[in-house]
Amino acid sequence: MAIDTIWVLAEQQDGAPVPTALELLTQARAMAGTVKAVTWGGGAEGLAGTLGEYGAQVVYDLGDLGGKLPGPLVAAALAERVRSGDQPDAIFVPTTYDGRDIAGRLSARLDVPVLTNVVGLVEENGELHSEHAVFGGTQIVTARFTGARPGIFVIRAKSFPAESAGGGPASVETLTVPEVGAVSAASVQQRHVEERSGPKLDEADVVVSGGRGLGAAEHYALVEELARLLHGAAGASRAIVDAGWVPYSHQVGQTGKTVKPTLYIACGISGATQHLVGMKGAKHIIAINKDPEAPIFSVADLGIVGDVHKVLPKLIEALKARS
Amino acid sequence: MNVVVCAKQIPDPAAPPALDPERHTLVRDGKLILDDSDAYGVEMGLQLAGDDGEVTLVSMAPNGEVSGLRTALAMGAAKAILVSDEALRGTDALGTAKVLAKAIERVNPDLVIAATESTDGYTGTTPVQLAELLGLPSVTFAKKVTVEGGKVRVERQTEAGYDEVECPLPCVVTVTAGVVEPRYPSFKGIMAAKSKPVEQLSVADLGLSPDEVGFGGARQEIVSVAPAEERGAGEIVTDEGDAHERIIQFLEQLKLI
Ligand SMILES: Cc1cc2nc3c(=O)[nH]c(=O)nc-3n(C[C@H](O)[C@H](O)[C@H](O)COP(=O)(O)OP(=O)(O)OC[C@H]3O[C@@H](n4cnc5c(N)ncnc54)[C@H](O)[C@@H]3O)c2cc1C
Ligand SMILES: Cc1cc2nc3c(=O)[nH]c(=O)nc-3n(C[C@H](O)[C@H](O)[C@H](O)COP(=O)(O)OP(=O)(O)OC[C@H]3O[C@@H](n4cnc5c(N)ncnc54)[C@H](O)[C@@H]3O)c2cc1C
Repeated sequence: MAIDTIWVLAEQQDGAPVPTALELLTQARAMAGTVKAVTWGGGAEGLAGTLGEYGAQVVYDLGDLGGKLPGPLVAAALAERVRSGDQPDAIFVPTTYDGRDIAGRLSARLDVPVLTNVVGLVEENGELHSEHAVFGGTQIVTARFTGARPGIFVIRAKSFPAESAGGGPASVETLTVPEVGAVSAASVQQRHVEERSGPKLDEADVVVSGGRGLGAAEHYALVEELARLLHGAAGASRAIVDAGWVPYSHQVGQTGKTVKPTLYIACGISGATQHLVGMKGAKHIIAINKDPEAPIFSVADLGIVGDVHKVLPKLIEALKARS
Repeated sequence: MNVVVCAKQIPDPAAPPALDPERHTLVRDGKLILDDSDAYGVEMGLQLAGDDGEVTLVSMAPNGEVSGLRTALAMGAAKAILVSDEALRGTDALGTAKVLAKAIERVNPDLVIAATESTDGYTGTTPVQLAELLGLPSVTFAKKVTVEGGKVRVERQTEAGYDEVECPLPCVVTVTAGVVEPRYPSFKGIMAAKSKPVEQLSVADLGLSPDEVGFGGARQEIVSVAPAEERGAGEIVTDEGDAHERIIQFLEQLKLI
């Protein structure tokens, strides 16, 4: 059985498809002849250019969802479409908050399983096999679906490069969202956007992250200062996000952002497996930690056994003196 | 208000994990403990249930395991339902959701709480699959939860910050770490937990057919397990007051400065 058609969920953010959607379109067009993107939230015509450029021939547009959480509505619309006979072989879903909601709902509606935390895909005898990094990325598990298609794959950011195919805009087809009753009763009352300056964490060339080893919230300023001097973004371990030192949007790791910068600098971070999966893909890694046994050193190209309160201020001074 | 909290019992995360050499599933032979991720749910549930309601735990685990449930009962949950059955070996996330849904239907709660993802499997879809099977709305990734006038109000994490989401009860909410600070069980709580009811059910008790769960029901399999490409450890420098100079050199080599 060949892979003919793949659908890619193209969630949007600030009026553009999320970067992972473009990565998944790039991968989908290498694996299937027909690639369709699915959008919601309005403005599909404006997205069709980019989605087409990355490989979508068609955009299924669900339109504005009126402030409802997308999970149940997008899943219901897609399930209806599949039941009507328009069957893709696979559905690629970016690992985002809404993406996970849609994948879970769609899986239950269609009664097909999901494979999540996918970091790679290969084709074997006309079948898709997914790769999953487990145990802190030390082992790669390869999995496959054994039942009816479509297979739903929830795929992590930066698993594939996004490359333009130079195609023209995709054609937009409107899908109606069915009435689903109580399951879609959750609605957004207000959005809060945290202020941010400098490059985005998941797009920055340099990421400087801080962890519990900083000792107190106010010392995070050292991390921000170093990031600023290197024209990078400031990240964090979950420990200091949970402690309320920095907003969640800074979190790097399994439940936070996946980053793949040229350089990642980990300051006072132990290197728990859930942190490593979010940053191990960096080209170069520097770690500063006072414990020579800290697991972060096992992935660092340059490991500094030392106190962040001594090393960082001197480093910042030296960089300032050069600029 | 009556709250169901999904309480997963997992192998101690501090111990090195292992995969079954034949079917490649996680080995869960030893004693299991309450997943830390669910301790937040238990605490949230206890706070929301208030004096006129109670928290019922629902768990699926092998070998009639109750150690993790006792921890949550000691925190203050009133009772527990444990689904344990040899037929459940190899169940995937959707199958798990089917089992939890059947168990939860027996309680008919106002609110169901789960974690956004577990520590050991971290599939992260089980609670939403569960919500769909129960025909309930859901709000995932909650960092703050309050209930007022038959509605739950949630601060839900987003890429850019957070959304204020409102949802009528009954519904499913998944909580992140940091939503509340879990209490430590008191000595009194630990003693009381010993006599709290734990109802143990099998797949047949739930009215599920054995082919909906277990390896057969999963309709997915692990083909292989291989070591990942290793990232070799690099140079280690012990700071003698001049380590920043080595970092500067490194930055120069990368042409970042
Ligand atoms: C389901 C789940 C999901 C998770 N998701 C994530 C995630 O997305 N991201 C994430 O980061 N974590 C995640 N975690 C948490 C993870 O397991 C760790 O608890 C967390 O990463 C630890 O953060 P830390 O390294 O800052 O703190 P710690 O582990 O406490 O480490 C602090 C380090 O600082 C060092 N240190 C102390 N003082 C100094 C000093 N003066 N100078 C230099 N070094 C010093 C110490 O030696 C230590 O190594 C998750 C956990 C679970 C269960
Ligand atoms: C490394 C690894 C990768 C896996 N990948 C997949 C995959 O891609 N797709 C798939 O279908 N299965 C997968 N599985 C199997 C899956 O973990 C189990 O089938 C499973 O029972 C769902 O558990 P979870 O912890 O992953 O669920 P999650 O969705 O991460 O759980 C979220 C929350 O749901 C509740 N919950 C989940 N399970 C229980 C339970 N048994 N009792 C009580 N509450 C519970 C808890 O509140 C939990 O925190 C994987 C397992 C492992 C070990």
